[in-house]
Amino acid sequence: MGKEGLGLEITELRLGLPGADSDSSHRCNVMIDKNEKKRAFSEISEDDVEEGNRKKTTIKNQVVGWPPVCSYRKKNSFSDKDGSAKASKMYVKVCMDGAPFLRKIDLGMHEGYPHLAKALEKLFGEALRNAESCEFVPIYEDKDGDWMLVGDVPWEMFMEACKRLRIMKRADAKGFGVLTSKEALY
Amino acid sequence: MNYFPDEVLEHVFDFITSHKDRNSVSLVCKSWHKIERYSRQRVFIGNCYSISPERLIARFPGLKSLTLKGKPHFADFNLVPHDWGGFVYPWIKALAKSRIGLEELRLKRMVVSDESLELLSKSFVNFKSLVLVSCEGFTTDGLAAIAANCRFLRELDLQENEVDDHRGHWLSCFPESCTSLISLNFACLRGEVNLGALERLVSRSPNLKSLRLNRAVPLDTLQKLLMRAPQLVDLGIGSYVHDPFSEVYNKLKIAIQRCKSIRSLSGFLEVAPHCMSAIYPICGNLTFLNLSYAPGLHGNKLMKLIQHCRKLQRLWILDCIGDKGLGVVALTCKELQELRVFPSDPFGAGNAAVTEEGLVLVSAGCPKLNSLLYFCQQMTNAALITVAKNCPNFIRFRLCILDPIKPDPVTNQPLDEGFGAIVQSCKGLKRLSLSGLLTDQVFLYIGMYAEQLEMLSIAFAADSDKGMLYVLNGCKKLRKLEIRDCPFGDAALLEDVGKYETMRSLWMSSCEVTLGGCKSVAEKMPSLNVEIIDECEQMEFNLDDKQKVDKMYLYRTLVGHRKDAPEYVSIL
Repeated sequence: MGKEGLGLEITELRLGLPGADSDSSHRCNVMIDKNEKKRAFSEISEDDVEEGNRKKTTIKNQVVGWPPVCSYRKKNSFSDKDGSAKASKMYVKVCMDGAPFLRKIDLGMHEGYPHLAKALEKLFGEALRNAESCEFVPIYEDKDGDWMLVGDVPWEMFMEACKRLRIMKRADAKGFGVLTSKEALY
Repeated sequence: MNYFPDEVLEHVFDFITSHKDRNSVSLVCKSWHKIERYSRQRVFIGNCYSISPERLIARFPGLKSLTLKGKPHFADFNLVPHDWGGFVYPWIKALAKSRIGLEELRLKRMVVSDESLELLSKSFVNFKSLVLVSCEGFTTDGLAAIAANCRFLRELDLQENEVDDHRGHWLSCFPESCTSLISLNFACLRGEVNLGALERLVSRSPNLKSLRLNRAVPLDTLQKLLMRAPQLVDLGIGSYVHDPFSEVYNKLKIAIQRCKSIRSLSGFLEVAPHCMSAIYPICGNLTFLNLSYAPGLHGNKLMKLIQHCRKLQRLWILDCIGDKGLGVVALTCKELQELRVFPSDPFGAGNAAVTEEGLVLVSAGCPKLNSLLYFCQQMTNAALITVAKNCPNFIRFRLCILDPIKPDPVTNQPLDEGFGAIVQSCKGLKRLSLSGLLTDQVFLYIGMYAEQLEMLSIAFAADSDKGMLYVLNGCKKLRKLEIRDCPFGDAALLEDVGKYETMRSLWMSSCEVTLGGCKSVAEKMPSLNVEIIDECEQMEFNLDDKQKVDKMYLYRTLVGHRKDAPEYVSIL
């Protein structure tokens, strides 16, 4: 599978926190603080990663597969604010720059970002391959109407927030106004 | 005993039912092996890749019931990619070709296609029982084939499967002549069912003992079904939402009261808490209550319900019950043996969770407690030590602190001493899952004391290879070891590779083992399949032995490398 196409970020099974680039570029894993004996979670923002001191933040739910609840149970027993369990079908529109028409995918059918990436590649494979060696960035529109980079937040959060998806040419991304999750806070 | 005719031995072996015992019997001598294999009807295969269907068929020609497990346990938590394996089709195909008169098939974590279900339904005249747990790959079309073609079907039990629901008429596919159903569980299906067909099916199934409905079955249908099946022993309610002053609700109350045999209650997939009083009349008989899919039920309504359940032996609940609610459990459910407390909020926290206090209360009030799965906010060493003293009979102890590296919040110490107390006190402990801040010390205790331990799950723990070594050296009965995000490397992995042949499997992800280390294991132990799962496909570009392996899954096998592995899995 070539590296052109979707940005590699989405296909990396990020076990560590998003935003922190894995310096051991050979694997996707939780960052290890070599100064401490125990495995530590890295900080949320990239700036803190640069610092020497790391606090052990309780980011218990941003790690893949934690808490160890099976995916069926995750989809069916977590309480919503209005008391009803999650809807089974979560279709969102997906558009891709250069593709003639839009598609729809059911987010609820996917277990995580890598799975979504594969599904998108299946849908747009033709268009991705025909594009002349340009990279693509997957973005999504959230409930506030902001365009966000896919991959920052935990999968479940993404599923709830995502209203539509767009696969944008990286070249167009500059100046588009894509927010990272941190910027959206301000 | 060799001078007894075969039929006598066979008759004696009939009384030996556990798989372990039958396996032992077959090892005594050649003639016992032969008699055992011809008389064996039930076979359990814990890893579908450890043996081939052809060899199974050759050895046990009298096979009637087969249990198969596919993906490793961590697949439940999205750590194993979707198409890793565990396909049941080759098994069904081989069995269909043979003369095996299959009557029962039980699958867990396997990929089951509609094609397999169709083939299954058409190949075995006496097929009676299909149980699918945590499987995927099929749709309601496959279920329609089972319903239509299995003329003597007794059991269709679907637990927590990912089913593509085509909303069909699969229920209508049970022919009018089908009157043999004993157990029907379709709670995990998301789509609508033909309610009329369901009512007719239940009406013509006098032996129906277990019925678990999905959320598409409304209260008024439930009422009609209960009127037709007052003999039910196990009931799973789908939707339980209605106006408590309505006629339907009154009818439901009457219907429920007639169901004096119900011992097991689950579901409430959609629930209106103010309607729970209709259930009270049957609560006193319940031995199993599963409310883990009912987040709408909490607070006082939940506690009131539990207060009626004095005979409860197994309780599955969400953590919105709180420590206070667990206190009610402790006061009420003196027969309790198994408790599972699941998290109700994936993003953790707040008031919805339970702490060490709830667990201590239950351990004090329920002396028969022997099986625990507990998702909590925090845990202390003192609490674990108390629990160990109160309940020395634990067989299964699985603790999951939502923050996986959280220390004892009172002392700020790791939880080594607490878990140490558990393994020391519970001499019969077979399964253990750890969490919280843990050093190598806890593994020293496990290696020393957990003599009966068969399955161990470790995450974000330990300081060094020593941790893993203590376990591998100490736990003689270890069968399954699954590890994620621990600093265990090649030194631990390679210390005693012969050990892995005595185990079913070993999973290590996000640890420190390298490609070279894994290759070494594979070289030394041809009887193991050592699989490297590399989703990021970085190994493609860099085959350096010093490279760390993201996910490794190794298991013993009699049939060598499997041929159905996807591209991103390398079998060394």
